Amino acid sequence: MSKTVETLESVTIRFAGDSGDGMQLTGNRFTSVTAQVGNDLATLPDFPAEIRAPAGSLPGVSGFQLHFADHDILTPGDQPDVLVAMNPAALKTNLGDLARGGTLIVNGDAFTRGNLKKAAYSQDPRGDDSLGGYRVFDVPITSLTVGALSEQELSNKDKQRAKNMFALGLMSWMFSRPLEKTVAWIEDKFRSAPDIATANVTALKAGFAFGETTEMFAHSYEVAPAHLPAGTYRQITGNLALSYGLVAAAERSGLPLFLGGYPITPASDILHELSRHKHFGVRTFQAEDEIAGIGAALGAAFAGNLAVTTTSGPGIALKGESIGLAVSVELPLLIVNVQRGGPSTGLPTKTEQSDLLQGMFGRNGEAPLPIVAAANPGDCFDVALEAARIALTYRTPVLLLSDGYLANGAEPWRIPRIADLPDLSDLVQFAPSPNGDVFQPYKRDPDTLARPWARPGTVGLEHRIGGLEKADVTGNISYDPENHHHMTELRQAKIDGIAASIPPVAVDDPDGDARVLVLGWGSTYGPIHAAARRVRNAGGKVARAHLRHLNPLPTDLGEVLARYDRVLVPEMNMGQLRLLLRARYLVDVQGYNRVHGLPFTSRELAEAITGQLAALTAPATDEASP
Amino acid sequence: MTDTAAPKLSRKDFSSDQEVRWCPGCGDYAILANVQGMMPDLGVDRERLVFVSGIGCSSRFPYYMNTYGFHSIHGRAPAIATGISTSRPDLKVFVITGDGDGLSIGGNHLIHALRRNVNLVIILFNNQIYGLTKGQYSPTSELGKVTKSTPAGSLDYPFNPVSIALGAEATFVARSIDTEREHLAHVIELAARHHGTAFIEVYQNCNIFNDGAFAALKDHPEANQIRLEHGQPIRFGADHERGVVMGDDGALRVVDVADVGEDRLLVHDAHREDASLAFALSRLAHTPTGPTPVGLFRQVERPTYDGLMEQQLVDAEQRRGRGDLARLLAGSDTWTVGD
Ligand code: SF4
Repeated sequence: MSKTVETLESVTIRFAGDSGDGMQLTGNRFTSVTAQVGNDLATLPDFPAEIRAPAGSLPGVSGFQLHFADHDILTPGDQPDVLVAMNPAALKTNLGDLARGGTLIVNGDAFTRGNLKKAAYSQDPRGDDSLGGYRVFDVPITSLTVGALSEQELSNKDKQRAKNMFALGLMSWMFSRPLEKTVAWIEDKFRSAPDIATANVTALKAGFAFGETTEMFAHSYEVAPAHLPAGTYRQITGNLALSYGLVAAAERSGLPLFLGGYPITPASDILHELSRHKHFGVRTFQAEDEIAGIGAALGAAFAGNLAVTTTSGPGIALKGESIGLAVSVELPLLIVNVQRGGPSTGLPTKTEQSDLLQGMFGRNGEAPLPIVAAANPGDCFDVALEAARIALTYRTPVLLLSDGYLANGAEPWRIPRIADLPDLSDLVQFAPSPNGDVFQPYKRDPDTLARPWARPGTVGLEHRIGGLEKADVTGNISYDPENHHHMTELRQAKIDGIAASIPPVAVDDPDGDARVLVLGWGSTYGPIHAAARRVRNAGGKVARAHLRHLNPLPTDLGEVLARYDRVLVPEMNMGQLRLLLRARYLVDVQGYNRVHGLPFTSRELAEAITGQLAALTAPATDEASP
Repeated sequence: MTDTAAPKLSRKDFSSDQEVRWCPGCGDYAILANVQGMMPDLGVDRERLVFVSGIGCSSRFPYYMNTYGFHSIHGRAPAIATGISTSRPDLKVFVITGDGDGLSIGGNHLIHALRRNVNLVIILFNNQIYGLTKGQYSPTSELGKVTKSTPAGSLDYPFNPVSIALGAEATFVARSIDTEREHLAHVIELAARHHGTAFIEVYQNCNIFNDGAFAALKDHPEANQIRLEHGQPIRFGADHERGVVMGDDGALRVVDVADVGEDRLLVHDAHREDASLAFALSRLAHTPTGPTPVGLFRQVERPTYDGLMEQQLVDAEQRRGRGDLARLLAGSDTWTVGD
């Protein structure tokens, strides 16, 4: 039976099931194959904080969303067009997101009375009209999988476990993805358990064949490769890109990399990844707590390493005093915060960007430090190199902000050529010999205001540093009032001076006559960009800019803000950058602020922008009232 | 010695130009003099010595040493020192801490440094009081101690630092006294030559807030200092008339040698793999008000954390070759987009 193939420009699929159903793995495999066929893509894994919530329960639902297209895309998709629901709980928690008229594939075998009850369904939704607005495919995935494996000597439980591969096979058929790479991957993954490998491959192929042969599906779809800039690509998540960026910074600076950290979601994968690269001379130290993680890193910085500590918001709170010490002793140190929902333990597996002010001000005393933020998963690589550049040039701790969405989200990444990466080796200048009759550890470079980096082991540079206030130049302990004020100004001036080394704001305004500017930072880059496209496609004029450097801000930012009648800053917090901008530039910046634990949709941001455009022409309200 | 050999350094070469600011009469002076005096014999170049401290009176120590030094924040010195030592095996790193710094706010870092066996010498100045903050009771103060923060007497049972170190899997544990110049110098030198974490508790007099805390041991050294010596029967007293035996119930007791006979005396074995006898010795005196063991409780060999970490790097490079950044970035799953 030959079926028609329909061509689509873009598709958003969500796989949803129980935490134990292997949805993350299924989604990741589908992503890999999709990258291989040359689509542009973005992913959004969404899983519960519990490792294994009770099977079939609502809190136990794990989802993986993938947006792929024949053109460059910026977000993991506002709404899935296709939802694969492996049980009633997955249906219940995800159906609301499915686009009207969208395709719904449910595993009919999982709709038992027990599972329906756990999902708080009083009756089977397949029997009422609640699914009326969708194209529903009720597929007995579990029994078809077990049936396909009838010949194999495996427990029934093991056979059932392969059902995610059946679903993956079915989706691979539906969207014309080849199976070879997935087969090879399964065989490699289960090398030590050939039975399981065979079962998974059989289930995968059975799912594919089911789509091809059954009359249930009338046609399949195709999404043509996207026209991405020429180059060699791979798929990458933010945490992986960040880890590679750190290794690259070490290689390009010629310094050994030292990571001191403590496990915390969603940053742990950086610790895992770096611990695998010992042949690059990378030392990873899993400390007894967050404080020891940064303590060891600071010690390693003192000893002449490229030192890093990686964590999430709660960890930054614990590291606060040590960050202050790093500010005071003026050593290069990278501090990575993969932000998550707060306050307190908050939402460990969900994204948020609410630690900007913590980074700016979360220390005692006047303790300024530079802050950079990554815009998308691949950008985590470049931002790691940029953070290293600043730390090494100015001898200062640098805060790098990522977030849960970037950390786990994947996208195609054009692999950079090594020769194109910044050369950081010139920035590493250990003091060779005393800079006076005796060594003066706080005698600064006149341009950067950086103090000398005196590596232990160097003859004649024996010196003492610490958290007590230091006399200018000599670094001796000083309680002198004027000196303290002077040193406070110097520390601030050094950080402010970094602005001279960062590029001006790049404003995207196709016609050059927009009156509304949308300004973002961090992972809102994709949704804001996509929203601006939507608005422009509908005839609206909007300018767009994105900040990588949050402290110091680019020197021309004030002028840029002043050029627009209205400035909108969407943030996944309650207005933290907005607060800084209003204070600094006295501009009446507007906010769009939501903390849903999920990235913005381009639709909601397009509406927010449209609202700003409407306000341009609406008669003034507050100001005009007598 | 040839003409070109560097002149032997003296204590003065290890004294920095900073004015020492402890209270006159403080026990810290004696410890500083002792450490400075022992440095020339250690055979480690001055530029390879690093002293790291936390916060407290004792933590001012690095400022007075003409070596590399890091006066950090309260309790965190073992963590910072771990970063220095593990990333630079060529350095010799000392941690100077106190009973509040090391056992209260920094207790966690101390025990983890000990169990890892990082190459560090940790000298804990125990004066059983908070000095820098002007006289509150510390985690080693005796129960019921009346201080500014405990006008009705302290309620918390004190730590025994040697017991803690032994319980935390330390490979080198010793105790000495600020005023016992030779004993202290000997113990510090043993510690400095140890591979792994060496922990020394030094009874240190704070003459301002807790004067005479160790008077029992200082005023009556023969009666109250049980000098531990490896391979020797444990005995003390002006005429060696007292000793330590293991009772039939397994507990250690202080006895009159005449009552039990010399053969019953426990022979000290500092190098025993099993730490339980060393621990039992540490329990002879929970606070030093009567006969109290001093000297080397335990010294065993165990691979150091820094050495093991270094070995993993060497092995990885041998197995996989030196890392290649281009290969790392490319990974195994790539595709090409043409112009
Ligand atoms: S307060 Fe006590 S411990 Fe501190 S310097 Fe004075 S005497 Fe020494």
